[in-house]
Amino acid sequence: MIELYILLLFMIAAAVIAVEIRDLLSAVVAVGAVGLALSVAFLVLKAPDLAITQLVVEIICLIILIRATVTRDRVAARGGAALAVGAAACAFVVLFLALARGPFAALPPFGAPLFRTAELYVEAGARGESEPNLVSTIILNWRAYDTLGEATVLFTAVIGVLALLRRHGRKGAAAEEETE
Amino acid sequence: MRPDEFGGGMTLIVKTVARLTVGLILLFGIYVILQGYASPGGGFAGGVIIALAFIHLTLAFGKDSVRWHYDRSIPRFVGRLRAPTLMSLAMLAFLAAWLAHGLVALRGGEARPYDPLVMELCHLFIGINVGAGLFTIFVALVGFPVRGEEGR
Repeated sequence: MIELYILLLFMIAAAVIAVEIRDLLSAVVAVGAVGLALSVAFLVLKAPDLAITQLVVEIICLIILIRATVTRDRVAARGGAALAVGAAACAFVVLFLALARGPFAALPPFGAPLFRTAELYVEAGARGESEPNLVSTIILNWRAYDTLGEATVLFTAVIGVLALLRRHGRKGAAAEEETE
Repeated sequence: MRPDEFGGGMTLIVKTVARLTVGLILLFGIYVILQGYASPGGGFAGGVIIALAFIHLTLAFGKDSVRWHYDRSIPRFVGRLRAPTLMSLAMLAFLAAWLAHGLVALRGGEARPYDPLVMELCHLFIGINVGAGLFTIFVALVGFPVRGEEGR
C-alpha cells in the first residue's frame, strides 16, 4: 500500500505545480502527470478497466488542452495578495482537517466498504453468472441504468458543445453585439 | 486534389508516421471494443481510442484534408450534422439493445441473466457513441473559429 501513498503524494505535488507554474503548456504537462499517476494508481488497486479508460481519456483531454492553450499567453495574475491567498488556503486546509477528524475516523477502513453489493457481484461472478470480464457484466447488466445514463450524458454534452460552438446561425447574435 | 496537397498539417515525417500507424490504432480500438466482454476494455475505452485515431489524422494532415475525406466518405443525405446523427443512431441502437435485453430478462424462462451477443452489441454502440462524440468535440474546439478569433 506504500506505493499508493507515493502516487498520491506525487499527484498532489503535480497538481500544486499545475496551479502555480506560470507557463500554460507546463501546467498542462503537470495536469497530464496527475492523470498518468491516477492511471497507475488504478493499476495498483487492481482495476485495469479504469486504468485503460483513465489513460485514453487523459490523452484526449491533453490534446484538446494543448491545442487550446499553446497559442495563448498567460495573463499574469501575480500581486501582493498572493501571500494572503496562500495563507488563507493553508488556514482553510488546517480548519477542514481539524473539523473532519471525527467523520474520517467513523469511515469504514479501506477495502471494507459499508455496502455489501460488490460482494454479491463477485459471488455471482464466481458462480458463473457473468461474462469473463466481471466489470463488463456489472456495467451492462446489473448497472445497465447507470450505463444508459452515462451514454445520455455524453450525448447531451456533445450536442451542447456543438450548439455553443457552431459556426452557422450566429450572425444575428454577432450583429446584436456590434450594435451594442 | 489529393489530400497531401492541402497545406495544413505537420511535416512529411509526421504525415508518413501517421499514415503508417493510424490503421493500427483504429484496429486496436476495434479490438478493445469487441474484446470488452472478456478482457479489460469495453465500449468506452475503445471508442476513445477510435476517436484518438481520427484526431491523430486531423493533427497530422490538417483539418482541410480530413474534411475532404469526410465529405467523400459519408453521404450527403445524412445532413449537415453527421456526427450527431451517428451518435443519435448509436444511442437509439443502444437503447433498443438494452430494452431487448431487459425484455428477455423479464420474460424469464430459459433466458440467462445475461446475453453475450446483446452485451457485445451494447459495447459496439457505446463505442460508436463515444468515438463520434469525442471526435466531434475535438473538431468543434479545434476546427471551428472561436469567438473573438475570427478576424485573425
